[in-house]
Amino acid sequence: MTLVLLIAIPVVTAILALAAGSRPSWSRALALLGALGTLAVAGTAWSQLAGADAPLTYELTVAGNGTFLSLMADGLSLPLVALTALLGAVAVLTSWDVERTGPHMALLLALEAAVTAVFLAADLILFYVAWEAVLIPMFFLIGGWGHDNRRYAAMKFFAYTFAGSALMLVGIVLLIISGGAGTSMSAAVVLSPETQRLVFWLLAAGFLVKIPVVPLHTWLPDAHVEAPTAGSIMLAGVLLKMGAYGIMRLCVPFTPEAFAAAAPLLAGLGVVGIVYGAVMALGQHDLKRLVAYSSVAHMGFVVLGISTGTELGFQGAVLGMVSHGLVAGLLFFLVGALYERAHTRDIGAFGGLGETLPRWATVFVFASLASLGLPGLSGFPGEFASLVAGFAGFGWPIAVAGLGVALAGAYTLRAVRRVVHGEPSTDRAHVDLSAREIVAIVPLAALIVALGVWPRLVTDLARATLEGLAVLAGMVS
Amino acid sequence: MTALWLVVVPVVVALVIAAAGRRPVGFTRWLALIGPALATFAGIQALLSAEPAGHGGAAAEATSVAADWLSAASGSIEIGLAIDPLAAVMLAVVGVVAGMVVIFSVGYMAEDRSQARYFALLSAFTAAMSMLVLSTSLVGLFVAWELVGACSYLLIGFWFTKPSAARAAIKAFLVTRIGDVGLLLALALLWRETGALSISGVLEAAPALAPATVTTVALLLFVGAAGKSAQFPLHIWLPDAMEGPTPVSALIHAATMVAAGVFLLARMAPLFDLSETARLVVLVIGTVTALGAATVAVTQTDIKRVLAYSTISQLGFMFAALGTGAWVAAMFHLVTHAAFKSLLFLASGSVIHGSGTQDLREMGGLGKAMPVTTVTWAIGVAALAGLPPLAGFFSKDAVIDAVWMHAPVAGVALFVASALTALYAARATRLAFTGEFRGTGHPHESPVVMTAPLVVLATAAVTLGAASWWFADLFGGHAGLALPVAVASTVIAVVAALAGWRLFGAGPAADERLADALGGLWRAARSAYGIDTLAMRAAAGIERASATIAERFDRRIVDGAVNGVAWLARRIGREFNELQSGEGQLYAALVGAGAVLLVSLALWLGR
Repeated sequence: MTLVLLIAIPVVTAILALAAGSRPSWSRALALLGALGTLAVAGTAWSQLAGADAPLTYELTVAGNGTFLSLMADGLSLPLVALTALLGAVAVLTSWDVERTGPHMALLLALEAAVTAVFLAADLILFYVAWEAVLIPMFFLIGGWGHDNRRYAAMKFFAYTFAGSALMLVGIVLLIISGGAGTSMSAAVVLSPETQRLVFWLLAAGFLVKIPVVPLHTWLPDAHVEAPTAGSIMLAGVLLKMGAYGIMRLCVPFTPEAFAAAAPLLAGLGVVGIVYGAVMALGQHDLKRLVAYSSVAHMGFVVLGISTGTELGFQGAVLGMVSHGLVAGLLFFLVGALYERAHTRDIGAFGGLGETLPRWATVFVFASLASLGLPGLSGFPGEFASLVAGFAGFGWPIAVAGLGVALAGAYTLRAVRRVVHGEPSTDRAHVDLSAREIVAIVPLAALIVALGVWPRLVTDLARATLEGLAVLAGMVS
Repeated sequence: MTALWLVVVPVVVALVIAAAGRRPVGFTRWLALIGPALATFAGIQALLSAEPAGHGGAAAEATSVAADWLSAASGSIEIGLAIDPLAAVMLAVVGVVAGMVVIFSVGYMAEDRSQARYFALLSAFTAAMSMLVLSTSLVGLFVAWELVGACSYLLIGFWFTKPSAARAAIKAFLVTRIGDVGLLLALALLWRETGALSISGVLEAAPALAPATVTTVALLLFVGAAGKSAQFPLHIWLPDAMEGPTPVSALIHAATMVAAGVFLLARMAPLFDLSETARLVVLVIGTVTALGAATVAVTQTDIKRVLAYSTISQLGFMFAALGTGAWVAAMFHLVTHAAFKSLLFLASGSVIHGSGTQDLREMGGLGKAMPVTTVTWAIGVAALAGLPPLAGFFSKDAVIDAVWMHAPVAGVALFVASALTALYAARATRLAFTGEFRGTGHPHESPVVMTAPLVVLATAAVTLGAASWWFADLFGGHAGLALPVAVASTVIAVVAALAGWRLFGAGPAADERLADALGGLWRAARSAYGIDTLAMRAAAGIERASATIAERFDRRIVDGAVNGVAWLARRIGREFNELQSGEGQLYAALVGAGAVLLVSLALWLGR
């Protein structure tokens, strides 16, 4: 029951928020209530899973027609579900004063429901439907509330990911047909090596675009720059994780041999993403573009961790995903708050914000340190586990990722130096963070510290599932 | 009391100071003494009860903590804290110096608006530095290693509205991070080869490793150490780090954090014993740094930059000793250096406070106006120059003796470096404290809250030499003096100091005379051999290149390829259907084209 509530609450409140569209304050209150309710249910599910030996499941059967809805939460999906619920609440708080409140909140909650459904789906068809359903609210959020070039960005986002998911659909259909074991995602299916390879690459096409890996990444900076703040938070925070989740959820168990064969290539894509994303981020002038490219680098660590097919690598990937959700969510929140005040995101337009907006600046420095992977904050455990596992699996080529580690310091602190440090040179922004904004920031910051100090907050929950996946991946290598 | 409290308590103190904010800081800043006091107490208590045990020695069980930080079926990554004799020595150093720096800062920073941030960061630094020395695993050590770096970054950039301070902060962080990448790779390699990241586990497994692997690991560890401890060519961040408040320079950039590299190599000494190649590299880099930085120190006019290059040079001495396997001598020099160099930095802070300048050319005659500062400074430079019977004499003797026995060429280089040390010590003293005051305003002695820490540290600089015997007792190695080396280095130091004293009696004019006499050599040393300029030019080039790649490559070529497909699709779409138009169709066509492309790619990859 808990699981279905995770999807039902945002759907219902989305409809209500839309219905209350003429009264923005009602829409806001409803949306916040829905988001917080979902978060509370996610917390309940977390404690249930922590105390259980098996994954949480939910099945809705319709008399005579078999299973109608099949949901499952395990150590891989639940951390991402909880992250979605948390960022959903943050996104609602950040879009408090947005125009056309009702529709915006409704889309946001619908997005949250769809993403949650992707992570909870225990059925291939539901997985695909939810996957495509994510596109629609996101497309309208960018297109309806974005900035100057929003139509181009929305189209590009849609076209890219739709092309990817079209291939994924072919892969899923092929998997169902050749597997012959129905549409359940936990079915034990043994495919021939040839079929595995085909299915793997069809699925991976959809997943790799979503992550995204270089060179399939160019939709991401455009989408971020044009998206409203709430859209950016959800996009970077949870949508990118769908791709990595898909590889671990579908590719590893269904096509282990093809996965093992592709592992070095995946590791290469990961390392390229780490370095390329960092180099790109170093060259940016727009704060949102900078964070967008840093996402490419961070997701590179996730891909690297997955490619190892080991438990430690998978732990690194899950930690990396959760951490990036928190850190990128916080950074986009801050950049959005700054844009609301100054109407620009150009790094060169700012300076000395440590003097004029001390609270904003403090949090920005904190988030930047987290983003560059400072130990003690959440970015480090995931990067470390991925790097160590990657090096153990693939050896010296992985050392190239070290370049990305060094450059991460350069691009984040360069932004800090330009924006926070120096003489106060801007009269654009005077109002420091409000109480509402601080309420949104505190949980993110607290979790960034907690996860950095004690990563087992997440990995203890994820361990059993990831160990099982690693066994599947390891059987062939 | 477990070792965990030594880390947790100063963190909590930092949060309290920061949360309390600006107004009650007159009281809350004193809370920053809690962490250093605990560290001092725990360090000294552990030392008094320590059994002589050679390397590392046993940690007291009762104070140890350990836990799996990441745990997988195939192996776990452990972190832990324990107080063994080596950690206890460092803990006492950190505690005493941090304590003195906090007290000094109460006076030095009294007028600053952001004291809450300052004292909170000092306390946070104490926590991170304690964790660094107490860690029983390389992962925990690395975490603390980067955290002290972050505190250093935030404190160098403390006066962040000054562009030079902001630049210096980022430079320090990034240059040391290059070293940190080396350390990270050492960890990755050790994990692959030994499946262990606890220090004891690694040291146990090391003898069974292939020699090439041991050498690689040792060299990667040294890259990390060289970044943190400002060894050539990663030394370029330390002189700029002087943009931070002077007490911070005393604590972080003289006594504790910059010595972490020496500590790391001493910790891992059994590993270095296994690789002659790695030791040779450490010896060469250490010696080059010791000599090179000493020549630069002679030519600097900013009192803090003289001390910064002096620190780089003295750390070079320690690495030279490590390169010969004499880690006990290196650690001993680390301890005495922590005392006399933090003293010198704090004294220079007092000088800056009293005279309003940090340019040696604008000082002069401060001896009369600032008697306590002058006497304590004199003790500090005498210890630095290695004059008997001060602490620096004993430790430098131990270092040079070890190097001389092992590699006479390097020994000669260190003798020359010692002579230069005495020379620049005499020069700085002469320019600042004797003659007539050349600046503006009225120099005055600093308040007691600032001079008292000077006296404490000066006492340590006088007496710590006696610890030589006790050090040898605790860690092994030979006690007492190597007489021939001691005599030679004393003669050299005295002659060089006297020469410097006479030469620089003429004040800043002596600089000009030397510059004329030495020409290009002086100019080269004055600009620190242009290494910094070169590195900064390279960094700017990388930033520009990134921007160019981002603009030209990512947007035009990678993205352009996609848009090209879109354009093609639009053309095709027009050919087939001229009546309808609009983006929806265009993108439907793009999706179709993209799908065809990717399907064929998938089929090709899956063939």
